Amino acid sequence: MQRIYLDSNATTPVHPEVVTAMLPVFTEDYGNPSSIHWFGQHAKALMDDARTQVARLINGETSEIVFVSGGTEADNLAIRGIAESQKSKGRHIITSTIEHHAVLHTCRDLEKQGYEITWLGVSADGLVDPEDVRRAIRPDTILISIMHANNEIGTIQPIEEIGKIAEVADVYFHSDGVQSTGKISVDVKKLKVDLFSMSAHKIHGPKGVGALFVKKGSVLKPQLTGGGHERNRRSGTENVAGIVGFGVAAKMAREGMGSEMDRVKELRDRLESGLKKNIDLIRINAENAPRLPNTSNIMVDYAEGEGLVISLDLKGIAVSTGSACSSGSLEPSHVLTAIGKTPDEAHGSLRFSLNSMNSVQDVDYVVEVLPRIVDRLRELSPYYKRA
Amino acid sequence: MAYAAKLIDYFENPRCVGEIENADAVAQVSNPVCGDVMKLWLKVDADTIIDAKFKAQGCSAAIATSSYATEMIIGMNLKQARTITKEHIADGLGGLPGSKMHCSVLACDAIREALKGFA
Repeated sequence: MQRIYLDSNATTPVHPEVVTAMLPVFTEDYGNPSSIHWFGQHAKALMDDARTQVARLINGETSEIVFVSGGTEADNLAIRGIAESQKSKGRHIITSTIEHHAVLHTCRDLEKQGYEITWLGVSADGLVDPEDVRRAIRPDTILISIMHANNEIGTIQPIEEIGKIAEVADVYFHSDGVQSTGKISVDVKKLKVDLFSMSAHKIHGPKGVGALFVKKGSVLKPQLTGGGHERNRRSGTENVAGIVGFGVAAKMAREGMGSEMDRVKELRDRLESGLKKNIDLIRINAENAPRLPNTSNIMVDYAEGEGLVISLDLKGIAVSTGSACSSGSLEPSHVLTAIGKTPDEAHGSLRFSLNSMNSVQDVDYVVEVLPRIVDRLRELSPYYKRA
Repeated sequence: MAYAAKLIDYFENPRCVGEIENADAVAQVSNPVCGDVMKLWLKVDADTIIDAKFKAQGCSAAIATSSYATEMIIGMNLKQARTITKEHIADGLGGLPGSKMHCSVLACDAIREALKGFA
């Protein structure tokens, strides 16, 4: 069966060039970067090249990149690291209700430890109002954590404006950039973030590696103690092969930022216009908000998301849903709920997330197949009455 | 989701879909947590369910369990139909992932609700 992958906000295929760069690291360039002999120093040089590539992707300094095991660890290190280092100054943190679980559950955990969290709501388009951030700041506020782009609906937050507010208030500002990095241009200096989370596998790099940008001078309590790797910010022998792969992926993402992402956006727009034309009673979430070029989140009335995902999967198409029925927890997506959707609406949501390896044929196949699937499920629904 | 082939078959090719005109019993039940809904129509002659049809809106497991349970009760007497459990339905479809057991509860509830008016 022909298989089409449209779930790139979950993960992406590793680019062949990335694999090629990684392979010798396992068998030839296998030194421990902390060792002073040739093997060690050679591995260190490879790792530092990768560090430079990751830094360039977001316009940071090479010394400001801390390699970690992925986006979740980057978010944990940023939030817990600041919370613990600044607790004598205060215990108040500002975040939003649409953050990734890596931020959400970390903040909830801190709440149990006695920190106070202000959870900012978002507009119907999924946007945080910078004025809400400004109003939430108190003398004991130690951290603001607002994601750059949302993984489910793709909205891009006004990070630059929030960054200015955080700078004036002299409060640490973290942004989860796992979904934005490599998809839209990121400039940490312009965004005025102190901490910025990244993940390799969302941009055709390998799983198990990510990075946290830590602005020079930031005081962060390490969450892993040991040999003092990564400038004492994260102990543990570095995942050199993964880091080398991340470096190549970052370079490719930077070089393809304009042309490749424009093409992805064209594919996304073609998908949306095709679906709108061929299926009635669907809506596109955050359609007119600033959005990632690769993400489309739609809601289908009278059809349930998990059933849609399984039906598409049986046709070889991989997508995801915010439906409660796919989560195991029986709770609909917290993001769709936060933008004011009812559980029933969230129940019928589908997320398409593309990457630069997708083609016009992929998109056209979905536009051909999905209307029939929706029709079939609606025929089964006791609520649906054919117009 | 790790579904058995039989469950996927009942999802893709559900049996007993539709409505029964002049049904002897109709019940609609929904799961307040996940929002799945099932509507069941029965034709009863003396003590026997002689026909049953359903409609459902929900995930693949909800549709498959609804269909399987509806098919199962045709030909049963009312007492037999009332004894059907969520495990009967799940086992009949080759098992259900733990997080999906509530889907087969929906079908049990629909059967019991529909038979409420009968002795």
